[in-house]
Amino acid sequence: MKSLKLKNIYAHIILIIVSLLSIFPFIWLISTSLKGNSENIFAYPPQIIPTDFTWANYTGVWGKVDFIGYFINSMIVAGGTVILNLILSAMAGYPLARMEFKGKKITFFAVLATIMIPFQAIMLPVYLITLKLHLVDSVNNFAGFMGLIMPFAVNAFGIFLMRQAFLGIPKEMEEAAIVDGCNVWQVFWKVLIPMVKPSLAVLAIFTFIGSWGEFLWPSIVLTKETMYTLPVGVNNLQ
Amino acid sequence: MFKYYGKYAPYLFILPAAVVLVIFFFIPFFQTFLLSFLDYTHNIYKPEFIGFENYINLFHNPVFYKVMWNTFVYLFVAVPVLAIFPLFLAILINQKIKGVTLYKILIYLPVIVSIVVAAIAFKWLYADQGILNYLVTRIGIAPIGWLTDPNFALYSVIIVTIWKGIGYYMIIYLAALMSVPKELYEACDIDGANFLTKHLTVTVPHIMPTIALVTTISAISAMKVFAEIYVMTKGGPLNSSKTIVYYIYERAFENLDLGFASAMSVVLLIIVMIFSLINILCFEKNKYQI
Repeated sequence: MKSLKLKNIYAHIILIIVSLLSIFPFIWLISTSLKGNSENIFAYPPQIIPTDFTWANYTGVWGKVDFIGYFINSMIVAGGTVILNLILSAMAGYPLARMEFKGKKITFFAVLATIMIPFQAIMLPVYLITLKLHLVDSVNNFAGFMGLIMPFAVNAFGIFLMRQAFLGIPKEMEEAAIVDGCNVWQVFWKVLIPMVKPSLAVLAIFTFIGSWGEFLWPSIVLTKETMYTLPVGVNNLQ
Repeated sequence: MFKYYGKYAPYLFILPAAVVLVIFFFIPFFQTFLLSFLDYTHNIYKPEFIGFENYINLFHNPVFYKVMWNTFVYLFVAVPVLAIFPLFLAILINQKIKGVTLYKILIYLPVIVSIVVAAIAFKWLYADQGILNYLVTRIGIAPIGWLTDPNFALYSVIIVTIWKGIGYYMIIYLAALMSVPKELYEACDIDGANFLTKHLTVTVPHIMPTIALVTTISAISAMKVFAEIYVMTKGGPLNSSKTIVYYIYERAFENLDLGFASAMSVVLLIIVMIFSLINILCFEKNKYQI
């Protein structure tokens, strides 16, 4: 029993150290952001508690940059990407899980193949296509948002996640719905979709986090500062 | 089961996703190969067909070898750390000890924070007169140019990638650890096995597929690293921290040499496809069965 206790202390020590290392860069960032003008941010030894405490940096940056605007832009892009992903993935996953049709195998492997294509390797042609479709912010803001959203509107991960979810539903559910007089669309929308809500939630969370942090694509396509998403706007502050 | 759907329903359901995938995945995929045979440097609006010249230029360019070397250093440093250390943490957290939830949250925090913010935070730590150099001088070593010394810049950036990835892979391992039968650990305790032998003989063999999965996932994401480098070093100094994706970005959007950048993209494409193929065929086969 005693050795067990001792081992726990070692585990706690290691976990505390790792936890501190995980959050230290942020603590340091916050500490620096609260230091006033009279304070040397490169003081030796470094001070973690600001001596000249001030909110001035926050109010200053708030006045200079349109953070609310960046936030709204990020929200529109992430929200749009999530909604399109949910709709398109669920719609594509349903026939791949439940229907027999000509070309099913080819469709399946074509979708699987896109998992292997990294966006970073095809971003040049994607950019050229986006320009050709006039989905850039120099046309208008709506087109700009579409340009940010459309390349990520659906991906193989989402389609396979939804297919897996539909596979887990007993066939009797559909049969019962058909007997009650539903057509295909009603089976999909009123019977199956409510049953795969957990998977939709997982997909929504993953897509949102991915879209919220996306940096490479917005920094390529965006030209207007009013269209900046948060990562691009924050990087631009440097 | 009878076919309650008509002849066209399956196609109509797939159509919207298919349109997006064709426009933004398949056409660009083939276009990447096409672009790599074109020369954009003379007239960006009227590219000329030049055959394999972009590839010849690429393979004669010393920067290409530097970039490939950097990317493989990234792989060989980041991937082993990200495959082993999170497993160790997951084993510690999986024990019945107090405060587990708090540890999980704190260690997972870097994963959910935007990479741009994380990179800026680390830039402060790495500053010439920053806190890291303070610690270094305290133990009697000359200050290090973490991001300005060609010998250190790449490793400084790798540390950020590792720091941001640990929580993610730890959660994957935690999920896998749940499937290890508890009886085996009890048997180990009765036999008097210590911490190391217990986990080397029971845990590791049981979650080998997950370890392999984490290895390939982290290898694929190490090949695609971009934001850290863009924010912290811009590939410098002297190309010492330039990796494949940053090089593609630089050649395409700063030098406007789309052909050359596409040849580089094809190289990236081939490497990532090999890793992904290994991943799909070996570890995720049951997930992708018809």
